[in-house]
Amino acid sequence: MKFTKVTALAAAAILSAAPAMADLVFPSLSYRTGPYAANGIPFADGYADYFTLLNERDGGIGGVKIKLIECETGYNTQKGVECYEATKGEGALLYQPLSTGITYQLIPKATSDGIPLHTMGYGRTSAANGKVFPWVFNYPGTYWDAASIIIEHLLDENGGSLKGKKIALLYHNSAYGKEPIRTLEELSKKHGFELMLLPVDHPGQEQKSQWLQIRRARPDNVIMWGWGVMNQVAIQEAVNIRYPMDHFIGVWWSGSENDVKPAGEGADGYKAVTFHNVGANYPIFDDLKKYVIDAGKAAGAGDQVGTVLYNRGLYAAMLAAEAARTAQKIHGVKQITAAMMRDGMEALQVDQARMAELGLPNFGPEIHVTCANHGGPGLGAIQQWDAKAGQWKLITDFMPADREVVDRLIEEDSMAYAKEAGITPRDCK
Amino acid sequence: MFYREAGDFKTNYADDSQTFPIAFDRKAYYAAMFVAFCVIPLVINSYWEKSVLVPFLVWSIAALGLNILTGYCGQVSLGTGGFMAVGAFAAYKLMTAFPELNIFFVVFLSGGITALVGIAFGLPSLRIKGFYLAVATLAAQFFLVWLFNKVPWFYNYSASGQITAPERTVFGVIVTGPNAPSWATYLFCLTILFLLAWGARNLTRGRIGRSWMAIRDMDIAAEIIGVDPLKAKLSAFGVSSFYIGVAGALFFASYLGAAEVTEAFGINQSFLVLFMIIIGGLGSIFGSFAGAAFMVLMPVALKNLLVGGLGWPTDIAAHLELTIVGALIIFFLIVEPHGLAQLWRLTKEKLRLWPFPY
Repeated sequence: MKFTKVTALAAAAILSAAPAMADLVFPSLSYRTGPYAANGIPFADGYADYFTLLNERDGGIGGVKIKLIECETGYNTQKGVECYEATKGEGALLYQPLSTGITYQLIPKATSDGIPLHTMGYGRTSAANGKVFPWVFNYPGTYWDAASIIIEHLLDENGGSLKGKKIALLYHNSAYGKEPIRTLEELSKKHGFELMLLPVDHPGQEQKSQWLQIRRARPDNVIMWGWGVMNQVAIQEAVNIRYPMDHFIGVWWSGSENDVKPAGEGADGYKAVTFHNVGANYPIFDDLKKYVIDAGKAAGAGDQVGTVLYNRGLYAAMLAAEAARTAQKIHGVKQITAAMMRDGMEALQVDQARMAELGLPNFGPEIHVTCANHGGPGLGAIQQWDAKAGQWKLITDFMPADREVVDRLIEEDSMAYAKEAGITPRDCK
Repeated sequence: MFYREAGDFKTNYADDSQTFPIAFDRKAYYAAMFVAFCVIPLVINSYWEKSVLVPFLVWSIAALGLNILTGYCGQVSLGTGGFMAVGAFAAYKLMTAFPELNIFFVVFLSGGITALVGIAFGLPSLRIKGFYLAVATLAAQFFLVWLFNKVPWFYNYSASGQITAPERTVFGVIVTGPNAPSWATYLFCLTILFLLAWGARNLTRGRIGRSWMAIRDMDIAAEIIGVDPLKAKLSAFGVSSFYIGVAGALFFASYLGAAEVTEAFGINQSFLVLFMIIIGGLGSIFGSFAGAAFMVLMPVALKNLLVGGLGWPTDIAAHLELTIVGALIIFFLIVEPHGLAQLWRLTKEKLRLWPFPY
């Protein structure tokens, strides 16, 4: 008890240190431990490395250095809240928690504190409605876009009709995994396929019964909404029951090297949707090598460069940096605040020319955020795993989601939230 | 020197049986209450509220609840997380179904609902004991979490299965939801904890508490001298679940603000509370607080020290944190199997004799 008090006092002394306001502060709520670490590490590394690159090569954003504060959440909401509270006083500009559970916790808190949240391709889908969620952004795509793009791809493969087909959704039994159900139910009504729901409980190591059901019911396709160790186990189980891998499609969080590699050759042909391009064949990686990796400043072990989730972390950091740059331009000051950062995110325009300038030509679709649409273009492509070559390949172009269905659902859900939380949607001209 | 009975004269029975018979203890207790109620609310910020104080208060309530069942009545339970989930979901349903109902009543009603559920799951304790009962309560844990995941009515058919606490006020001050000021949620939880701890202390030294302890020490002997095991065991389950339900309601409404049953109320939470009372001290009110403080504050303090103070990488710190907390648990169990409360008791004994120990 006494020891606790002493350490608590020490902690208090550490905490009361005055926040340094001279930097642009980007907290990184990462997870390098626990059952989701296999996916959390590459993302956190990519996120950190891009900011290190900007600091080393350009001296920060607009001449102001970036300060990255990493805080370990273990994908746990309680720790996520603690990390948020611990870092927000340091002048945090933007939060990217990389967890749908933590996002749900932070949406009301960040809105009331006036700090923007960017939940890139995860979090609450209906936050795409900027009229109801002014502080939350999820460009360049949402879960419902992903679900719809997967169905579009299946329509293409089956000659435009899914009538009478049986499609199983294998999902993480949490807010994250439950997100696509509503959209898939709508789409199943529209296209006449039968939807089979198979929840997998946290952390997802135990999936024998779900795959037994798949073996018995023989669905034409399996869609997966998994994360962390659940992905690896699911792909291994699919290999074990000899499920045709090219009929097994993951969301963009179930399609990284760390997910397919444990299953070896058997994983060949596994597909996943993605909202950005794959591989390390971009000019920016030369700079990364020169300024970050060879200089010994890479985050983590430095062995994740070029993997899908590393690239995604890099992309997230790039979009954050571009938004900060936009904010500096709008407000004409270098030292921006969280509120200015929000304006920058809402005015963010990333076209192909800008992407080429940044060393990432054709890396992702163009992004044009508006006041009403925080969900971005909602485009996605399908990538396929080539086990022999050991790499992902895009097998389709970037294609749009079924906007008619998705937009209607976003409107419905965000309005229901506005009513529940007593928010009057703001006007967007 | 200061810590002794000498000179503190008791002239009636009420004085004689008070909780703190030693004047120094009494003064320390009043001073602690003064600081907790009058000083901390003035200086609290949202970091201390959300990361340290409110979790400590909420877990203390849960630890008190489990200590009544396991420490005082001797019935091992692994269903704490599930019962907290009952409290949280009851609070959510009550808050959304009756928006004008005061949050105080919501919290206590959720406790009441959890008490009923706890009594239902306590019925097997009349037949089975020890490890077998632990397994039966483990079943309760898994069943309840499964139920709240499976039946959409409990989470008002929301797409994600998350429950979110709406804003509620006490005397016009917001105490739940994101806009609640730090001091308000803190005082709200503290007031409830104060009432419940006071209740627990008096329950456990009265007739009912003594019947629980009789059952714990030897149930057959207790039955022979006239303690009704049905009443004693079921009342322990009821009271304990009431406390745990209140803790669950506060955990959801005041602390997290939104919760998802699998993550917030999983089996981990059951073990966490069990560790709290084992480390703190079984069958001790003070032990519940000490255990909760240890398990809640230790990881936060270690994290601040290793990452914030020494600047270590976050993953190494997180792993080390688990190792250190685990090692400390083993250390305490070897050195002092009766928990922190026993250490405290020994310190007090020594203090009484100081400076002339014999």
